[in-house]
Amino acid sequence: MENLLTFVNDKLKAKFGEAIISSSQERDFPVFVVERNKIIEIISYLKEEAELGFGFLTTMCAVHFPDNTGAEFGMMYQLHNLPKNLRIRLKIFFPVSDVIVPTLTGVFPAANWMERQEYDFYGIIFKGHPNLKRILNVDDMDYFPMRKEYPLEDGTREDKNDKMFGR
Amino acid sequence: MAIIQGTEIKITDKPEGVEGQGFFATSLDKAVGLARKNSLWPLPFATSCCGIEFMALMASHYDFGRFGAERLSFSPRQADLLMVMGTIAKKMAPVLKQVYEQMAEPRWVLSMGACASSGGIFDTYSVLQGIDRIIPVDVYVPGCPPRPEQVIDGILQIQQMVGNESLRRRNSPEYKAMLASYGIE
Repeated sequence: MENLLTFVNDKLKAKFGEAIISSSQERDFPVFVVERNKIIEIISYLKEEAELGFGFLTTMCAVHFPDNTGAEFGMMYQLHNLPKNLRIRLKIFFPVSDVIVPTLTGVFPAANWMERQEYDFYGIIFKGHPNLKRILNVDDMDYFPMRKEYPLEDGTREDKNDKMFGR
Repeated sequence: MAIIQGTEIKITDKPEGVEGQGFFATSLDKAVGLARKNSLWPLPFATSCCGIEFMALMASHYDFGRFGAERLSFSPRQADLLMVMGTIAKKMAPVLKQVYEQMAEPRWVLSMGACASSGGIFDTYSVLQGIDRIIPVDVYVPGCPPRPEQVIDGILQIQQMVGNESLRRRNSPEYKAMLASYGIE
């Protein structure tokens, strides 16, 4: 396939139209920013459509840009067409006041634990997830540690001071 | 403590006591202390790279067994010495505390390496900043990871404590207060 970006973009535009907000080539990755509400349909289409065949969810992760007002949070999905060895990336963005994303577990069961991880670290609610609870952190943790407003350090550490470590 | 140098064999010194033809009398404290310190059963709680260093310590080159601690106990109920080696995540903390609680008295704790002692480089939300926040620690061995010689030194210090402690340390009010401060029955 000579130009993956144009090919996938044309297919998606024909099917979903305005839901495809932008497309660009970032190094060797075609990246598509899409509507949040259409994300499951789009991924499902990319998986099922014979000419596309992105049948493998490589990874997914959340991102937090606190200064990006109105679109503080995002989700990134990376798909792989194994027979042809093609990869694409999809992104959605949404505001901090509304961190609800439809679950991908219906299309890729492997998304189950990845979505639990993003809930654990960023507090993103995956609507329809069968078991949305913390997966890596302690169960009684009362915040989402990867959100930028929380410090990375423990905070109770006593053997470090500003003089030595520039805190 | 038998150290073989050529053909000369050194046996651990006998404690103070009264000696005569065919008998030796000493206090029970000292006799039991001598037995305990030279037959420690360590429980290795190895969670990361310090555990690898511990393997070197147990192997023939450093031979931890020379100090009477040949037999590792993988059941906390039979162990005397809890050796915590490696980063303890906050999620692991209740497990470590339960292991400590399951050990029978008398029990001692050696914290090996920077992570177990203070959190080390992992000053982060997910890591316990030193095991002494959940269980009492007798000897800290610094280092990242410590050399086996350092751990041997730590073990010798533990032996010093074990040999000199009163027989029923667990009945002392100080010890009870110390455990109570950690919320351990």
